[in-house]
Amino acid sequence: MSQIFALLDCNNFFVSCERVFNPSLRNKPVVVLSNNDGCVISRSNEAKALGIPMGAPYFKCREIFERERIFVYSANFVLYGDISGRVMQTASEFTSELEIYSIDEAFLIWDGTHQNCLNNAQIVRERVKRDTGMPVSIGVAPTKTLAKAANYIAKKKSIDGVFCLLDEKTIEEWLGKTPVGEIWGIGHSKADFLKRHGILTALQLRDMPDAWIKQNLTVISLKTVWELRGIPCISPQDNRDDKKAITTSRTFAKEATNIDELYEPIAAYIANASEKLRSQRSVCGYVQVYLMTNRFKKETYYANSAGIDLTPPTAYTPDLINAAHKLVKSIYKEGCGYKKAGVILSNLQSQLSSQDFLFDESYQRSKKQKLMDVVDSWNNRHNTSKMFLAAEGMAQDWYNQAHKSKRFTTRWDELLEIICD
Amino acid sequence: MHLPFYQGPLRAGFPSAADDYLDQRLDLNEHLITHPASTFFVKVKGDSMINAGIHSGDMLIVDRSIEPKSRNIVVAVINGEFTVKRLLKSKGICQLSPENPDYPLINITDAMDFEIWGIVLHVIHSF
Repeated sequence: MSQIFALLDCNNFFVSCERVFNPSLRNKPVVVLSNNDGCVISRSNEAKALGIPMGAPYFKCREIFERERIFVYSANFVLYGDISGRVMQTASEFTSELEIYSIDEAFLIWDGTHQNCLNNAQIVRERVKRDTGMPVSIGVAPTKTLAKAANYIAKKKSIDGVFCLLDEKTIEEWLGKTPVGEIWGIGHSKADFLKRHGILTALQLRDMPDAWIKQNLTVISLKTVWELRGIPCISPQDNRDDKKAITTSRTFAKEATNIDELYEPIAAYIANASEKLRSQRSVCGYVQVYLMTNRFKKETYYANSAGIDLTPPTAYTPDLINAAHKLVKSIYKEGCGYKKAGVILSNLQSQLSSQDFLFDESYQRSKKQKLMDVVDSWNNRHNTSKMFLAAEGMAQDWYNQAHKSKRFTTRWDELLEIICD
Repeated sequence: MHLPFYQGPLRAGFPSAADDYLDQRLDLNEHLITHPASTFFVKVKGDSMINAGIHSGDMLIVDRSIEPKSRNIVVAVINGEFTVKRLLKSKGICQLSPENPDYPLINITDAMDFEIWGIVLHVIHSF
């Protein structure tokens, strides 16, 4: 049976989280800085309009921030993780299958007979906004790559934040207007290569012959092209080169009914995700775990997620497993049959840029990295017999974040205070 | 360690269907929160809602998922500032009413940037 994919993507997610608890930031330029106040990782539309680039280093922008009265926040991943969980939980009520893709994106999978996709997407968008305060855009299409493109169009062109690429004519018209570099899976270098060959739009890429794609790009790019033609071929297990987050999740064949049955797959997902993390020379500053029971058993349905800040950021598997297991414990509810679980590693930073942690324990200087290098090279050479490690203690909170908001939803002593006079 | 308390008497033969339901200790979360994804806790400072039983320092349980109706106590945002008041709606007129005669009634006008953030369902007051 054919499926329809609705990609829900939170608008300027980190900034929008800050605005939920501080409405005076609405309509004002706001930026959120990475761990240790390194560089800009989220911008409000007003900050974008002032020309603040993504990734701009804080020390270089300080002057313009002051001159333009831009509100600056340190990343508060505990808060963002909680809001993310609320958004996903709300969205999960509108689909039998929710595929969480990153901290702020998820695919709602609808069966192909689903009528009124536009209307349904509008309802989801309104409900998420009302229940969680989070503004989202939704792109609807017959493949994930087209849904991503539809979401891009929704963000740029539509007034209500929803856009459908469902009929052939609309698809053709809009792919013709979408730059090839905006297509999911086409990174900077591929986009530059395509431009040199005169391929500027997504439509031109879609209409290139398979043989040319195979010869000049990769097999994965061929999947992208097929998806642009409306043939779904990207599964959750496909590793897309996305720098925002690394996600691993599975639907269990048999429901997990005790916590030990969850520890093992979660550890395996972390091992898998952290290997990807290290292969792109990154460390992660935030780990999130989610659990879901069977959607079709309405009366017992339970879905929850929890996350934790990792300071300093790490790519060390045992630290990550330890953190993930604590998270599982915190949201595990007795008496549920869990059908799906997953982990999301986010707040990714390159191992190089995170060297502004002048601490001995920081991951990239430590024995831990050497150990992981040994493990990864062993695992690369011995694909069948992987090397595993036992867990170790977690890092502590000790580095500088000067502009951090409160953890409004996870600490009793940091609740939102409302002046009532 | 919590030991489950079995209600049915032990006997041979087929077990009673009721044995499947062990009594769980009462959980306030379950009692007070129907929509976990849209429920937030906030703290109040000030006494403008004192006659509604909301004292300075109290904690409120706020649900965003409920459609606001007249006479609900709401967390509202006026021109970027939070407040807690009773919502009064009639004939297209919208007002925020304090529950303390020392404070004025607020008329919501089109010139105001106004939004209802959530509905206050419970107050938790510690003596």
